[in-house]
Amino acid sequence: MSSAEHRTDLTRRELLQGTSALGLGAVLVPTAAWAQKPTVKLAFIGPLTGGTASNGLGGRNSFLLAVQERNADPKTRYTYETEVLDDECKPTVAVQAALKATSDPAIVAGVTHYCSVTAIATVDTYHKAGMPAMVWGAVLPEITYSHKYVEVTRVNGTMINQNNVAADFAVKTLGFKTFALVHDTTDYGRAHAKWFGEFLEKAGGKILSTQGTAKDQKDYTAELTRAKADKPEVIWYGGLTPDGVRVKVQMDKLGVRAQFQGTSGIKSDTFNETAGPSSEGTLAFVEGAPTEKLPGGRRFLEAYAKAAFKEPSEAYGPFAYVAANLVIDAIEAMGPDRAKVAERLKRTRNPNTIIGPVEFDEYGQNTVSLISKYVSQDGKWVLWEDSEYASGKRTLPGHKFKKM
Amino acid sequence: MALPLTFAASILVTGLVGVAAERVCVKPLARASPLMTLLATLSLGLVIRESVLIFYPRGADPKPFPQLLPQGGFEVGGVAIRYESLVILGIGLAAMVAVDRVINRTKMGAAIRAVAQEPEAAQMMGVNLDRTVDATFFLGSGLAAVAGILSGLYYSEIHFIMGITGGVIGFSAAAIGGLGNVYGAIVGGLLFGVLQTTAAALIPRGSEFRDVVAFAVVMLFLVFKPSGILGEKSVERV
Repeated sequence: MSSAEHRTDLTRRELLQGTSALGLGAVLVPTAAWAQKPTVKLAFIGPLTGGTASNGLGGRNSFLLAVQERNADPKTRYTYETEVLDDECKPTVAVQAALKATSDPAIVAGVTHYCSVTAIATVDTYHKAGMPAMVWGAVLPEITYSHKYVEVTRVNGTMINQNNVAADFAVKTLGFKTFALVHDTTDYGRAHAKWFGEFLEKAGGKILSTQGTAKDQKDYTAELTRAKADKPEVIWYGGLTPDGVRVKVQMDKLGVRAQFQGTSGIKSDTFNETAGPSSEGTLAFVEGAPTEKLPGGRRFLEAYAKAAFKEPSEAYGPFAYVAANLVIDAIEAMGPDRAKVAERLKRTRNPNTIIGPVEFDEYGQNTVSLISKYVSQDGKWVLWEDSEYASGKRTLPGHKFKKM
Repeated sequence: MALPLTFAASILVTGLVGVAAERVCVKPLARASPLMTLLATLSLGLVIRESVLIFYPRGADPKPFPQLLPQGGFEVGGVAIRYESLVILGIGLAAMVAVDRVINRTKMGAAIRAVAQEPEAAQMMGVNLDRTVDATFFLGSGLAAVAGILSGLYYSEIHFIMGITGGVIGFSAAAIGGLGNVYGAIVGGLLFGVLQTTAAALIPRGSEFRDVVAFAVVMLFLVFKPSGILGEKSVERV
């Protein structure tokens, strides 16, 4: 076939088809390159069912958001797949979930556990399997401080700092002197009561009674009636949201005239929504600064809203988001090798995360020194310093009762 | 007006769900061992609870229950008594009397008792077995609706897993009082509550052991008096 013949045969339609094919090819080339990236699997473990599921779902969504963002980034070396597992906030279920994750060789690392009882139960499982696991919400100190496993790290703070600040704030800043402690009998509740009690006595506060209650207990009439007889200025509760709601609502119903103070476990949107007007003036403490106050916090909240998850990110969602990003950073740097990723994660020093600088100590614990104080105001958790209670416009329930 | 409507709608819906559960889970297992029926109904309960969690918007969270009763109250000797507690007590007592009337004074109640005692003989006497079983499940499930509303009114919140502990305690109370005896369940429930509260109030660090004490008593009853406080000795003829 001569070239003249060829030119004659090239119709306008064929020319258009050829150009379209070239264009399509140009568009598909990067996609094909993305598709050819090796796949790495990450596990998320948290309470997706049961009483604390709202926090678990917020953490899961935040983890998925981080993975989505990194997958959309053309610079990443790997494509990340996820395995989401439910620990139901129960140690036995958590160990099963951890075994499932660790026994899958495709899973390189995990972002694991909101509940302290599950995080402490699974520490040895991750260590034996050599799988790096970064805790995103549990605050029991022993999760990191009872060993020096290279595999276990924690991005959020422990309850030690939290209770130190909480006790000092209640006694030295707010001027409360007498306390009745109620806590759930899990490791979480007991440890909170231990640390808060110790710091409270150092600060000059007096503990009138300490009562342990079953997790998911429905009726607190007996405990609150007993506490009420001692006329404490503060009822302190060491436990999680669903039980915290019941304690506060039943305090009001029984006419207990005391300030209500909780831990990070009750700092959730659900607490305010469920307790309704009873939530007003409740105090809670959380590690790190409020997300919206951090440089990247607003971007996280906007991205979270844009992703249109059904559930809010809750207090610890940003920690799960940061944990996922740190794990991905380590995999990008070291490749999908569990041992190398664990070593790298243990040496994490990242000054620019949405929760602020993250730096792990020799135990793999993020040395977060900042604890934020919150008060429930008009159905929302407000940073104490920004609240009308701090400005003097409103009076805390505990201070009102003191004057009565 | 909101409260009666809430009760009527909840009793109707829950009663019908109970009848449907009987048709799906209980009737097909009529010839199987009672253990199979127990497992099937427990599984159905799990399915319903987890469905609420998954399909209801933010089903994992506790939900506030509307305040439909008069608020406020008074104190007697340092004990706070709320008006809503008195109304709840009244509704509970009314429900007990109503059940008693239905079981002992109506034709359907007689049929329920007859079927419970000897289903084949009851059928021979003209009792419609299917209708009677349906009515029993409607009544039981309707009472569960009443209990759920009263719990919501008392605690001002509901949660998708709120029935689990209540169910275990309810069954334990019935075992203490005497399984198969309506009044036994009432006496057992009262005793169970008194045991829990006494343990929490009088034993040092007792609130940690309130369930241990109460369920230990349940075990003692099951071992030493399986017929319960008001239960009758059952004689099996061979």
